[in-house]
Amino acid sequence: MRTVYLDHSATTPVHPDVVEAMLPFFTEEYGNASSIHRFGRNARVAVDEAREKVARLLNAQDQEIYFTSGGTEGDNLAIKGVAWALRDKGDHIITSQIEHEAVLNTCRYLERNGFEVNYLPVDQYGMVDPTDVRKAITDKTILISVMHANNEVGTIQPIAEIGAMARQREILFHTDAVQTVGKLPVDVKALSVDLLSMSGHKFYGPKGVGALYMRKGAKIQPLAHGGHHENWKRAGTENIPGIVGMAKAMEICYQELDIVSKKESQLRDALQKGIQETIADVRFNGHPTQRLPGSLSACFQALEGEALILSLDLKGVAASTGSACSSGSLEPSHVLKAMGVPIEIAHGSARLTLGRSNTQEEIDYVLEVLPQIVDRLRSMSPLRPSKEVC
Amino acid sequence: MSMKYSTKVMEHFANPHNVGQIKDADGIGYVGNPVCGDIMELYIKVKDDVITDAKFKTFGCGAAIATSSMVTDMVKGKSLEEALKISNKAVAEALDGLPPMKMHCSVLAEQALHSAIDDYFKRRGLPSPVKIKPDAHLHMGEGEKAHVKEE
Repeated sequence: MRTVYLDHSATTPVHPDVVEAMLPFFTEEYGNASSIHRFGRNARVAVDEAREKVARLLNAQDQEIYFTSGGTEGDNLAIKGVAWALRDKGDHIITSQIEHEAVLNTCRYLERNGFEVNYLPVDQYGMVDPTDVRKAITDKTILISVMHANNEVGTIQPIAEIGAMARQREILFHTDAVQTVGKLPVDVKALSVDLLSMSGHKFYGPKGVGALYMRKGAKIQPLAHGGHHENWKRAGTENIPGIVGMAKAMEICYQELDIVSKKESQLRDALQKGIQETIADVRFNGHPTQRLPGSLSACFQALEGEALILSLDLKGVAASTGSACSSGSLEPSHVLKAMGVPIEIAHGSARLTLGRSNTQEEIDYVLEVLPQIVDRLRSMSPLRPSKEVC
Repeated sequence: MSMKYSTKVMEHFANPHNVGQIKDADGIGYVGNPVCGDIMELYIKVKDDVITDAKFKTFGCGAAIATSSMVTDMVKGKSLEEALKISNKAVAEALDGLPPMKMHCSVLAEQALHSAIDDYFKRRGLPSPVKIKPDAHLHMGEGEKAHVKEE
């Protein structure tokens, strides 16, 4: 059966050149980067080179890059790390309602441990208003954390504006850039961020590796205590193949950024236009222009998202739902809820995220099967779409 | 915890049995609400206390559609008394099981059936043998009830 992968915000295939770059570090250059002998030295060189690459692509310095196991660890290390390091200075944290669970649940954990957290609202497009950030700042604020782009609806946040404000007030600013590194230019200086987390597998690198950028002078407490690795901020033997692979993937993505994002956004726009023309009662989510190039989120009225995703899967199309039905709660997506999407509409959400290898033929195929699926599910549904909410 | 659906659930989801409405139904059950993300509308035709036909319309996830399909299969040919004994567990078992977090869909199917049988007795002015269990899925609004009556 034909398969079409439209879930690149969940994960991406590892680029063949990345696999090739990683392979020697499993079987030949398997040294521990802490060892003195030649095996160890070679591993150290590989980690240093990867760090240099990642730093250069983020416009950072080598010693500001800390390798992690991925986005979740980076978010935890940044937020808990700052909270525990600065708890004598203040106990207030500002974040947004649309963050990834890695940020939200870390903040909730800190709330249970005596910190106060503000979860800022967003507008109908899923955008945080920098004015709201400014208003929320108190003399107890030690950290602001706002994601660079949202994983469900793709809206790109005004990070540089928030960053400039945070810098002026001398408050540390973290951004979860898991969805943007490799897809948008990310310059830590232009964005005025102090901490930035990223994850290798979102941009054609391997799973299980990520990095945290931490500006020189920023203070954090480590989560994992142990050896001297990552300048005492993250103990544990380095995942050398992963680190090498992530750096290689990042390099490829930035070399081809313009071509790939242009192609992705053209295909995404064609998909959106096709859906608009062939399916009634659809609501598109996210910002019309300030949006990740391959990201498309839509709510199909009178049907439920999981049923839509399962039906697409039966036709070989891999997508995901913003609805939390599949995660066992009856609550739909917290992101759509924060954007003011009515709950009954939010239940019918689907996220289609394109990647570098998608083709026009694949989009044509999706546009051929999707209207039939929506028709079928709606014909089974006792609900009728209501015009007011589209 | 497994999230995977059984082959049987996928079969019933891909090709559900008994989809639709019965125009001259003898009983209509309606449970769930759009805010919860699942609604089941279940129609029964009854002759001499035996369910001769059953159809459904469902808004919900894969498990909700599969349990609707299964429960309508299971009740056909059963007496009302027998039908009332069909538990949510029996529906789930007939589908070779449901992921734990989807068991509420089988509860919804049981309730939709009970609601339809209850409606059958009420339409005939007879005391209903159905004891409707209080559940999160039964808090439907008046507007939704009106919508069912119209059809």
